[in-house]
Order: sequence, then structure tokens, then C-alpha cells
Amino acid sequence: MKRPGLVSAAIVIGCILALEVACRYGFIRRSVIPAPSEIVSMLYMLLKSGTYNEAIRLTLSNIAISGLIATVLGFILGVIIHANDFLRRGVEPFLVSYYAVPTFIFYPVLVVIFGVGSAAIISIAVLMSVVAMITSTLNGLDRLPPAFPRTARVFQMSPVSTALLITLPATAPYLFTGMRLVISYSFIGVIASEFILAGEGLGYSISYTYNNFENSKMFALMLFIIVVVSVINSVLNNIDRRLKQRLQRGD
Amino acid sequence: MTRFLPPVTIALAALVLWQLVSFIAGSHSVSGVVETMAYLFRMMQQESFWLDVAESGTAIFYAICLSMLFGWALGVVIGLNRNVSDVSEPILVTFYSLPKVTLYPLVLLLFGLGLSAKVAFGVMHGLVPICLITGNAIRQLRPVYIRTAKVMRLSRSSVTFHVVLPAILPELISSLRIGLSLSILGVLIGEMFASKRGLGFAAVNAMGLGDGTRIMAIGVFLSVCAISINFLLLEIESAIRHRTARI
Repeated sequence: MKRPGLVSAAIVIGCILALEVACRYGFIRRSVIPAPSEIVSMLYMLLKSGTYNEAIRLTLSNIAISGLIATVLGFILGVIIHANDFLRRGVEPFLVSYYAVPTFIFYPVLVVIFGVGSAAIISIAVLMSVVAMITSTLNGLDRLPPAFPRTARVFQMSPVSTALLITLPATAPYLFTGMRLVISYSFIGVIASEFILAGEGLGYSISYTYNNFENSKMFALMLFIIVVVSVINSVLNNIDRRLKQRLQRGD
Repeated sequence: MTRFLPPVTIALAALVLWQLVSFIAGSHSVSGVVETMAYLFRMMQQESFWLDVAESGTAIFYAICLSMLFGWALGVVIGLNRNVSDVSEPILVTFYSLPKVTLYPLVLLLFGLGLSAKVAFGVMHGLVPICLITGNAIRQLRPVYIRTAKVMRLSRSSVTFHVVLPAILPELISSLRIGLSLSILGVLIGEMFASKRGLGFAAVNAMGLGDGTRIMAIGVFLSVCAISINFLLLEIESAIRHRTARI
């Protein structure tokens, strides 16, 4: 880790310590937030007892499924939209305003189509995340040097092998950015839907503990989500930055 | 005119698709286009609907004002100072991608039920992207601007107000656009989870009652509002870009 990274880590740790001290000495009431050390030990107990293992498994598998669907679907849609100019000029204004639309509102409609349960939640997460992948795919295809497809034509490559051997590797860094966004939007989509609308999963568990005043469990679960999301994001961010740097060097 | 033809075609295609879904699923479960529009029209004549709109609108307005003020201020600090940006950016990026809805109970504990919690939640969604976009825009500014300002011995505040902010005006508008979208999302999620007023509550209430038409009508109203504001801000942004390109 380089120096700025160490400083950011120190700031985060400093904030946690300050919170710990403020809680221990009663500057912050226990009814608002328990001390971080208590939250950590509660989380350890919850994970050890396995009460929430089922919820965790369900939520993470929903996120994985929605991430996979959104990535593949977004890539295919991106390629189609890129190939057709009229379609592109029609869709683009909506793509940039897409995230202004609160997708959750349409959950009941999706329940009618897909039934109650994981399918409706996954479809909300896909709806939220697919646009990020479409945008990244378009972005990557736009930056493909015109010499690449021309070379493919010279070698008389079929469209499929052009796509697999030339387009895909050349646009890989942009596609990876898309995937990273897809995963973080899938997290948001799945957990938020569970939180507000569903009857199972991690998001639901948090809202359940909130409604039943089980604050210490609630904060432990929050911490779990924050840690998981932060770790996944920082790993993906790092890979993303490496790919971008390699692209700039032009290897 | 040709500029508007493709988006209008796509919008019409979406309406046809919607009607098809309604046809296949049955209009009692997914209400059709005409039915929803008629319901929306009736709903817009009721006073209670506008009370909900006013409630959500107030929260969104406060949230975006606060996000703008603090987001731009922090963004300028981050953009002009390499060390601050290196240290704060990983934290901000991580916070941005957290599912913040999990933190809503904490917001409720801190601010209590009511307007201030919704505003705080809206700010939590809107502030970070505004700050990141502003900081990035400043970092990508041509170095000659800042150097010229230094040669002229401008003070920090006049560098900010007379050089940096005018130079990144289009990006400021675009950060406002994205921040606004997310603030709207934050406020609505807040209302859906714990509120007795506002459009988010109205939608959740309609879900509880199984009133599909009402949900679709609220969804359409929100989507149309959000997309039109977005289009307006996009137009402003490109107008500013054109003007600065001419000079």
C-alpha cells in the first residue's frame, strides 16, 4: 500500500476509535449506536451461531445471479445498440436519464410477472444494473481503433471469431468497468429490494431487527454488509485501475 | 426535428411493449397504457396527491440544495489539492457504492422520523457523486488556467470563483443532474421504508392494497418528472458547452 492509502486507512481507523471512545464515555447514547467493539463481537457471535447463514447465502446468490444476467444481457444489448445508429440515437437520451427513475416502484408489476420470491428481486437488480453495462459496452466499442475490425476483415474472420478474438479482448478494460458497476448496482438493487419489499434475505433481516428494536443485531448485520461490499469493491477497483493503466501505456 | 425522431420512436416502442405485457399478463394485474393514464389524470385532480408531491418535493429540494452546496465545496477542495484527493477518494468511492439503504435505520435513529431524516438520506445519496465529479473536472482542467491565475497572483477565493468554477460549469451542471437523480432515489427509498407521507409512501401503500393501477400511475408520474428534469439539465449543459466552445 502506498502512502495515501495508508493515510486513508488511518483516517477510517481514527474515526472508528473516536466513535468507540464517544460511545464508551457516553457522548453518544447507546440507543443511537453501540460501541464498534460491541458491534464486532455481536457480528462474530451471529456468524458463529449461523442464525443468518441462510439469509446471507440467499442474498449473495441473488446478487451473483443478477450480476451475471446483467453483464451478459448488457453486453449483448450494447453490441446491438452500437451496431444500429437509429436505435442508438433513440436509446441514448434515455440511458443517461435512466438512473433518475426509481425502479423499485415497479416491483409489484415484476411480482405479477415473475411471482413472489427471488426472481422478482433479481429482476429489479438486473433492471438497475444492466444500463451500466450497456453504457460501458458502448463506451468500449466507441474507442475500438478502426484498424482492428479492418484487420479482421483482411483476414476474412467470421463475425463470431472477430467478436471473440478481437473485439472482446480490445474492449476488455471497459467491459470490466461495466462489470464492476454491475456488481455494485446489483448489491444495491438486491439489498434495497429485500429491505423494503421482501420477506427474506439480509436486507429483510436488517429491517426486521430495526422494527423489533434489536439494535445490536441490526448494527452487526449492517457492519457485515459494509465490510463485504467495501472489500469486493476495493478489489475490483484495484483490478480496474491496473487494466486502465495498461490501456494508457498501450500494451 | 430529426434529432427528436429516434427518442420519440423508442418511447413509443416502450409504450407498445408495456401494452403487450399488460395484454399477456392480463389488465387486472398489469394495467394498460390508456387505463393508467386515465387513472393518473384522475389522481392529479385530487388534493391528497399534490400533498404527497409537495412532501416529497420539499425533501428532494432541501436534499439537492445541501448536496450541491457541500458537494461543490468539497469537490473544489479535493480537485485543487492532490494530497486531499488521494486520501479521500478511496473512502468516497467505497461509500458511494455501499447499499446505503442498510444505513437508513441509523439515519432514523439520528434524525428521528420525519422530513430531516429523508433530507439526510437524500444528501447521503447525492453528495458523493457531486463531489467526485467536481473534483475530477477540476483535475482534468488545462493546467494553464491555474498557472495563469498564479502568475496574476490571484487569491484562493478568486481562483475558485473566477477561474475554476466558470471553467467547469458544464461539469457542475452534469454533477447536479446525477446528484439530483440519486437524491430523488434516496428520498423515495426513505419514504418507502418509514414515512406516512410522500410519493414513496403512497407507492408502498398502494402495494399493500394491491392497487396495481395506482402504482403504475405513480411510477409513470415519477419517471416522467425525473426524465424531463434530466433532459432539461442535459440541454442546459450542452448549451453551456457550445457557448464556451465558441469563445
